[in-house]
Amino acid sequence: MYAEARDTDPAKYISGATGDWELVIGLEVHAQISSKSKLFSGASAAYGGEPNDHVSIVDVAMPGMLPVINQFCVRQAVKTGLGLKAQINLRSVFDRKNYFYPDLPQGYQISQFKNPIVGEGKVQLDMKDGTRVEIGIERLHMEQDAGKSVHDQHPSKSYVDLNRSGVALMEIVSLPDMRSSEEARTYVTKLRSILRYLGTCDGNMDEGSMRADVNVSVRKPGDPFGTRCEIKNVNSIRHVGQAIEYEARRQIDILEDGGKIEQQTRLFDPKTGETRTMRSKEEAHDYRYFPDPDLLPLEFTQSWVDEIAAELPELPDEKRARFMADYGLSPYDAGVLVADRKSATYFEQVASGRSAKLAVNWVMGDLSAAANDKNVSLDQVGVSPEQLGGMIDLIDDDTISGKIAKDVFEILLAEGGDPKEIVESRGLKQVTDTGAIEAAIDEVIAANPDKVAEVVEKPKMAGWFVGQVMKATGGKANPQAVNDILKAKLGLE
Amino acid sequence: MSKLSDLTIAEMRDGLAAKSFSASELATDSISAVEAARDLNAFVTETPEKALEMAKASDARLAKGDAGSLEGIPLGIKDLFCTEGVLTTASSHILDGYIPPYESTVTANLWRDGAVMLGKLNCDEFAMGSSNETSYYGNVINPWRRDGSNTPLVPGGSSGGSSAAVAARLCPGATATDTGGSIRQPAAFTGTVGIKPTYGRCSRWGIAAFASSLDQAGPITRTVRDAAIMLGSMSGHDEKDSTSVDIAVPNFEAALTGDIRGMKIGIPKEYRIDGMSSEIEALWQQGIDWMKAAGAEIVDISLPHTKYALPAYYIVAPAEASSNLARYDGVKYGLREQGKDITDLYEKTRSAGFGAEVKRRVLIGTYVLSAGYYDAYYLKAQKVRTLIKRDFERAFETVDTILTPATPTAAFGIAEKSDDPLAMYLNDIFTVTVNMAGLPAITIPAGLSGEGTPLGLQLIGKAFDEVTLFRVGGVVEDAAGFEAKPDNWWA
Amino acid sequence: MSFDSATVQKTARLARIAVTDDEASRLEGELSKIFDWAEMLNEVDVEGVEPMTSVMPMDLKKRQDEVTDGGYAEKVTANAPESEDHFFVVPKVVE
Repeated sequence: MYAEARDTDPAKYISGATGDWELVIGLEVHAQISSKSKLFSGASAAYGGEPNDHVSIVDVAMPGMLPVINQFCVRQAVKTGLGLKAQINLRSVFDRKNYFYPDLPQGYQISQFKNPIVGEGKVQLDMKDGTRVEIGIERLHMEQDAGKSVHDQHPSKSYVDLNRSGVALMEIVSLPDMRSSEEARTYVTKLRSILRYLGTCDGNMDEGSMRADVNVSVRKPGDPFGTRCEIKNVNSIRHVGQAIEYEARRQIDILEDGGKIEQQTRLFDPKTGETRTMRSKEEAHDYRYFPDPDLLPLEFTQSWVDEIAAELPELPDEKRARFMADYGLSPYDAGVLVADRKSATYFEQVASGRSAKLAVNWVMGDLSAAANDKNVSLDQVGVSPEQLGGMIDLIDDDTISGKIAKDVFEILLAEGGDPKEIVESRGLKQVTDTGAIEAAIDEVIAANPDKVAEVVEKPKMAGWFVGQVMKATGGKANPQAVNDILKAKLGLE
Repeated sequence: MSKLSDLTIAEMRDGLAAKSFSASELATDSISAVEAARDLNAFVTETPEKALEMAKASDARLAKGDAGSLEGIPLGIKDLFCTEGVLTTASSHILDGYIPPYESTVTANLWRDGAVMLGKLNCDEFAMGSSNETSYYGNVINPWRRDGSNTPLVPGGSSGGSSAAVAARLCPGATATDTGGSIRQPAAFTGTVGIKPTYGRCSRWGIAAFASSLDQAGPITRTVRDAAIMLGSMSGHDEKDSTSVDIAVPNFEAALTGDIRGMKIGIPKEYRIDGMSSEIEALWQQGIDWMKAAGAEIVDISLPHTKYALPAYYIVAPAEASSNLARYDGVKYGLREQGKDITDLYEKTRSAGFGAEVKRRVLIGTYVLSAGYYDAYYLKAQKVRTLIKRDFERAFETVDTILTPATPTAAFGIAEKSDDPLAMYLNDIFTVTVNMAGLPAITIPAGLSGEGTPLGLQLIGKAFDEVTLFRVGGVVEDAAGFEAKPDNWWA
Repeated sequence: MSFDSATVQKTARLARIAVTDDEASRLEGELSKIFDWAEMLNEVDVEGVEPMTSVMPMDLKKRQDEVTDGGYAEKVTANAPESEDHFFVVPKVVE
């Protein structure tokens, strides 16, 4: 079916009773296109709403209702295709996918089957261990979302709300190129990051804006692909990982017991962490796809695509490369920073015109730690890029030491304010006056003759003297100056 | 003087302008004609109060000199058109009690131009049929009878309520729809004029869909002029229909110059089918002679794929229908039969809600789209369609319009063909080709059969060249001088 | 071709139309006859012919991205055989 797109990395094998197993994963990600109105009707595409409030007579499939496509959604799909470095098809066709379900009012979903708007593309993954993995994109097509059935309101009835019915989705189909749950999680994370950079999907998985159908199979290394199971509608990155882990183990157990894998549609239950077969989907499908006769083929020009390409923002991969080149960031640090566009912007605001090294250390160090503590993104920590930058300026011009800076940062975090004023008003300025430092050193030397004798034998003892001097100066003495003068006075070197 | 309801649209328009009568008088007269003709079963729903209210508003506009092109003209509306606040059934049990909260674009255009609604006209269920016998509301009876016979005849279909109502002078015009001949065949069976415009000329928005790539709305009237007036109002670009074409609507009525000198009229040899009755052959020859007499040139042409149009149609139309009718599932509107689970509910509702012909076509359509059969049937049929369209394009390189018979026979008796679906399908043999190619065609009453029932001729035009159809159609009408009308046996 | 009763039932199931055995046997004959007749299409050489995708060649119409519709749940559910609080109500659907 598919050509093998990548080499196997034995480190990723799963060991079983009969030896190693290789996991093969492909993902179909449904991403809601960010738009005001639906794909084929003028009803609101906003999340939530009272039951059937974001529904027009087109969405409820009243007799004689016809679809008219939302131009902006087409643009968003093309933009996404460009962001995935994919082939843009200047002619695509909308097909009807026919099946009966209460949340599908037309009795068919308008989708793209044979001729999608976007063809093959790729996504680069930067793994924690520093390796890069390229995941192939098979296609991206546009389609309508379905409505929602609520099953817990009544013992024997389901309640149908069509607010989501007809909302524009992009289905992004990967090749079966992933070989571990970590790769799958990284892939979804990266895809979400790209979509958010592009502004084509908000990526809010808890609101259902992004969900994944996960195809999992296992095989003995070197064997052809095994039979796959599809786990439907997994709605968080963590669940993607859990579902894959569970499913891989389930399949390996079956195979090692001499069984066969049945091709199935399964559901992931977040409560148990297990997958189970989906009863309603057991019946064989026959979607009877055919071109929607209410619509014409979707055609546009290359120059329109070029226009959209010209407006693309800098994407995570390019930004990462630039951060490494311009700011000397490590591949890992750069990857972490660019994953979230706002964090990247924050960093650039801090780093621009300043010491990149200090900016990196502070953003990746204390600021990231604070963000983790609060479980927010960097820009929401409560310290603005101007504040952090101002503080870094004070370090850079020796007004404060790195150690004092940590105190200043805590104050910024707790109370806010202008770093310069904080330093002034609280007397945190570094002492660089060599006279004052000399006096402090002299005092320490005079008070500790035994230690002075010792340090000649053990030059490492100098650290103790530095500590004492810093203590005496309330930490404000310039550490470099203290070192230099001490060494001279103690006759070291 | 004849009754007001005997007047044509043009005559009513002139009479209203001359203040010879009021729109309210017209409406009142039509309402009583409709009431008196209930034996024909032409209407599913009569809307007399609405008619009077609309007529009153028309009178007010007429008084202000603010009249639209159809001001005060009482019309019947095929029950496939959704009408706001008025029961709309598509003559199907499955739409029981359905009150649309919206007005179809075509009917909205008619009301914009001042027309008055008399009610909703019976038709074949979801427009699937050629005899109006598939309606849940019972068959419509053709106002025409064979000479010396009381045998009830079909009014044609699917727009049988429209054709019967116009032929019986219940209204001077009615809306209709044509997917494979559903305007033209009933018009031919009732001695009325029917035009199916070019695909995309009339908006499909708000018309219950049968086969999206074939459906077109059009009028049935008693004269070519009336058809021109009515189509002018029904036509026009609609933002809500992606297949509606954004081109100007010409003044169709102005096309009726009577002058067709030098025009080239194509006569396709493939329409001379095996076993064609001498009556139909003679009628066609008569039409050719009229054309020659009017100074047109007759050109023999070939449309080689003609015979494949009907089988291709009976794949494409049911395929689209099977999908279009999936929305009738007992969940959002219309009939619901309770079931033990959702699938049971669907199956019972659709089984009880659809009649035999609709089920048959939904099954054909479901089958031809199902896995493994798509290429052999649907794809093949759509390719054949391309060939049919090419045949016409080639022909229209040399001719201005094509003249054919409208139907292979005159109106047949009720229940004569309803047991043999295939025999029924063959009724569309002359009409279906233009739907497959998206072209416009008009049928005009041209004579009577040996049994005294109407026969029609058809003119096929180039895409968006309805003007030529009206021009040539007017000449056929004049030459035929079709004055016959059915005896008023029902009143 | 022959359209057997199993095919009728399978197709009817796909179309969600309950068909009685009587209906199925009648349909068997009717559909077989119709499909036999449609076999005529096999005579046509369609090699290299594009299927018709738009009846009248034109650009696909497009809308601006504006919210112009909806906000009338009452209207949406007014015709429903069963509804509650503007939800459509159906027998419980099992996932």
